Amino acid sequence: MGRDAGRLSLFLLFTPFVLWIGLLIVLPQIGIGYVSLREKIGINEFSFGLKNYADFFNEPIYRNTLLRTAWISILVTALALVIGFPVAYYIAKIAKERSRAALFLMCLIPLWVSDLVRAYGWIVLLRETGVISTVLLRLGIISTPIEMLYNDVTVIIGLVYTVILFMIVPLVSTLQGMDDALLEAGYNLGGSRFTVFRRIIVPYAMPGIVAGCIITFMLTAGSYLTPVLLGGKNSSWFTEQIYNQFITRYNWEAGATFGVLLLLFTSLVVWAGLMLTGQSLATTVAKD
Amino acid sequence: MTSILRALLGGTAIALLAGSANAETLRLLTWGSYAPDELVQKFEEEYPDIDVEVTFSNNEEMIAKLRATGGTGFDLAQPSHDRVYAAQTEYNIYKPLDLSKIDVDKMTPKLVEGVKANTTIDGEVYSVPHQWGTSGIMANIKEAPDAKGWGDLCDPKYKGRTSMRLRRTILLGMGYALGYDPFSLYDDKAAYQEMLDKVTAKLIDCKQIIKTYWTGGDDLSALMLSGEVILSETWDSTAFKIYAENPDIVFIPPETGALAWIDTFTLPRGGQADDAAYKWINFVLRPENVKIMSASTGSLAAVPNAVELLPDDKRAAVEAAFHDRDIENLKFFANIPPGLEDMEGIALERIKAASN
Amino acid sequence: MSNGAVRDDAPPSTATEGPAMYDLSCSRVTKKFGAFTAVSDVSLDIPSGSFFSILGPSGCGKTTLMRMIAGFETPSEGDIKIKGESVVAVPPNRRNVKMVFQHLALFPMMSVGENIAYGLRCRGESRAEIGKKVAGILDRVGLPGTTDKRIEQLSGGQKQRIAIARCMVLEPDVLLLDEPLGALDLKLREHMKIELKLLQHQFETTFLYITHDQSEALVMSDQVAVMNAGRFEQIGSPKALYDAPVSGFVAGFVGDANCLPGTIADMSGTEARVMLDDGGAVVGTVSDGSTVGDAVELFLRPEALSLRDGEDGMRVAGTVDSLLFNGANSRILVKIDTGQMIEVADPSHTAAMAEGDPVSVSWRPERARVFARRTR
Repeated sequence: MGRDAGRLSLFLLFTPFVLWIGLLIVLPQIGIGYVSLREKIGINEFSFGLKNYADFFNEPIYRNTLLRTAWISILVTALALVIGFPVAYYIAKIAKERSRAALFLMCLIPLWVSDLVRAYGWIVLLRETGVISTVLLRLGIISTPIEMLYNDVTVIIGLVYTVILFMIVPLVSTLQGMDDALLEAGYNLGGSRFTVFRRIIVPYAMPGIVAGCIITFMLTAGSYLTPVLLGGKNSSWFTEQIYNQFITRYNWEAGATFGVLLLLFTSLVVWAGLMLTGQSLATTVAKD
Repeated sequence: MTSILRALLGGTAIALLAGSANAETLRLLTWGSYAPDELVQKFEEEYPDIDVEVTFSNNEEMIAKLRATGGTGFDLAQPSHDRVYAAQTEYNIYKPLDLSKIDVDKMTPKLVEGVKANTTIDGEVYSVPHQWGTSGIMANIKEAPDAKGWGDLCDPKYKGRTSMRLRRTILLGMGYALGYDPFSLYDDKAAYQEMLDKVTAKLIDCKQIIKTYWTGGDDLSALMLSGEVILSETWDSTAFKIYAENPDIVFIPPETGALAWIDTFTLPRGGQADDAAYKWINFVLRPENVKIMSASTGSLAAVPNAVELLPDDKRAAVEAAFHDRDIENLKFFANIPPGLEDMEGIALERIKAASN
Repeated sequence: MSNGAVRDDAPPSTATEGPAMYDLSCSRVTKKFGAFTAVSDVSLDIPSGSFFSILGPSGCGKTTLMRMIAGFETPSEGDIKIKGESVVAVPPNRRNVKMVFQHLALFPMMSVGENIAYGLRCRGESRAEIGKKVAGILDRVGLPGTTDKRIEQLSGGQKQRIAIARCMVLEPDVLLLDEPLGALDLKLREHMKIELKLLQHQFETTFLYITHDQSEALVMSDQVAVMNAGRFEQIGSPKALYDAPVSGFVAGFVGDANCLPGTIADMSGTEARVMLDDGGAVVGTVSDGSTVGDAVELFLRPEALSLRDGEDGMRVAGTVDSLLFNGANSRILVKIDTGQMIEVADPSHTAAMAEGDPVSVSWRPERARVFARRTR
């Protein structure tokens, strides 16, 4: 009786989780994978094969866009880490208890508005007749308006701004768990600031670094609005290609193929990153 | 366990039925500004048992949405006239209209015939016209007084001051500018591809001239009104709206002819409120409602005295833009044969990916 | 009450021996945090190779003092010298004082060997040299072959030894230990006390040990400084502190004592008759400047009391309240007739006693110490 009740409550507890994983993650992926293997012959006529994948590899535009997307995403991830680490360190270790919450909230503010609004915020700031250009002009620092939109630097800035929180949060939570005595021990045993940073802080924060990097990389590679809106005429972003295939070309097969490739490729990059830094998911993200 | 499940499902079904029995819902899938609040309220007052739900979209997304659901989820869609035939034959997402339930006699006969010709499949008519308009160029005549055709968008003297939307319209427009007649090439894929290659090369060259590709009406308005862009591809309705704020910015029908589109009324195959949909169609055809609609869309309704029913400022903008010979010279979009969009898609991607 | 350090048996003065004989000297060190004075005018000299403890309740400033010696805090006033050299301006990583932290602060992401090698690597020693030294120190602390173990694989006592090894491999002038036994369970703590003492003998390094546990301080130390409210109350050998405390605080804090509050009624020499607050009068020896009429406390060590008849000195009657058996540490709790409870040592756990038996408690007046009453 008691065991049955226990089993039932376990079942009830797990049902939402299983449904969520099954219906919202596994099933759509299977669907996408299925569609990607479908070759269109004529109207409502299909056969199965790898033609969609062959098409991808034969078209340099797609390959290059994917590589470009991955490369910029890696750059964004690295910048987010370099900028986010000191911020996280300050929040976790230096800031007073009371200001810590306020600082954390400040980092959260960008997430309170949608991607679109955030991108338009940057546009208002950076456009030729935008705030920054106008102010510089008025101060006499520049003589003609400058356009700061529609280039890769802007896209990278916008993306870093969007994803940096997802770097900071895991870093703060790992760094908060670090006993200050570890740092003092590091100095006491003769370590310089740099040694303490490199041999104690960074290895200690490694789970947070790995988690943050994976999240930011995946978010960046999968982002759509920021690169498209800020990149203007020169933004080639892989998610835009997927959108185009699905929406403007009605080519679900190619769109699905691109989706599968994006997932595989980003997973590959993450795996390679873990290998290169000698980390594994088991010793970092999944560590308790 | 199963009996509980069945009871739950039954209960849910009853709740759903009860909910839908009270008030009918008309789910519109349409363009931004094609369902002004004022009009929706008026309609709901007249038919208290109908709720109107509006989803704003564009041609591509309308088709993608309906394709994903097999034509369900909406009761009335408004695709452009050239986008109905291929979508219907390929994806079977629409159902034929019952013309007897529509006040067709209140519409401009020429437009009705045109849309019918485009959207008749197996003897059944799928669409009737609603609003029509054109795509062309828009210029700030103080700064670009000589602009008169699609080709001017790529004129080096406007370097960094022009814009366009990277969609199929600009491919067609540039085709005209290069001396082709794209619609007559629709059935000859090889010839069309040859034209596309030329257009692609031209637009890749053009990339260093233009400032950016605009993506929507708001985006385009900001570029023009701020003065960052002085010459752009545009929808006439957007140009008319901007004219109200800055009369230096006018719509110019390109000398090769403005590209004309007609947005239609079309019933999705899985629509559940056909009667409400017909009521809406007839409702917005009434002159007093056409006025409200046109004030919102900035386009012309498919009714004989459409221009007179425009608000004053928009009428002035139309009159400043169009002359009789421009109307004569309109190039109506022809039905897109299957496969063409794929060719155009590749061309657009090449242009987007090209760097300079 | 004594102010500042009272050194009743301080080591020979620096004037005759020269400063170099002290591994660590603090002179008039003061540390203020805003308006709060954590450490006030503290001086100490620790001879080379000795085991020196600072004993005090939590919040007395002992940790702040240690952090100043390690370099994590800068003194507001005064000077700190290591081997005769002032280190106040030297950053913590350049001081040859190593520290065993309260929770040890072993680096969890490094193996045992890496933990020990950390300091050597910071010094830039060669790989071969480091390997040799790590193996050597692990041998000396009795954990050979644990180089590749992870920290979480070690037991509490092993971690302790690794933390000490990590410092000792650097051959520090002084090893600071900040209550390192606090986290251990009782049995292990007792064991580690002895082990620490042995290690200190083995390394012949100066240990400065901080604790709030008087038994740790008494068992291990050559010298103990009792600290209270930022000041040293007394510095001396454990025996001196125990037998000849200079203040009520020391008498109460070091070792067990029965404490009877009262007022001095009259005195002859240092012998005073104290009227207890709860009634009755007892005789003890005044050990500070207290005089007739002063509020005082009378401290009685349990082992200074006797229940046998026929002893000389002070005697009060009472009844056995309970028998507290604890092996060699057994006590008898006696309720004396004036109402107070008194613990009497009973190392041989006299079988004849039973609860409710009438007894008389006696002591020699010179073993009952009278001090000015502690402020609370």
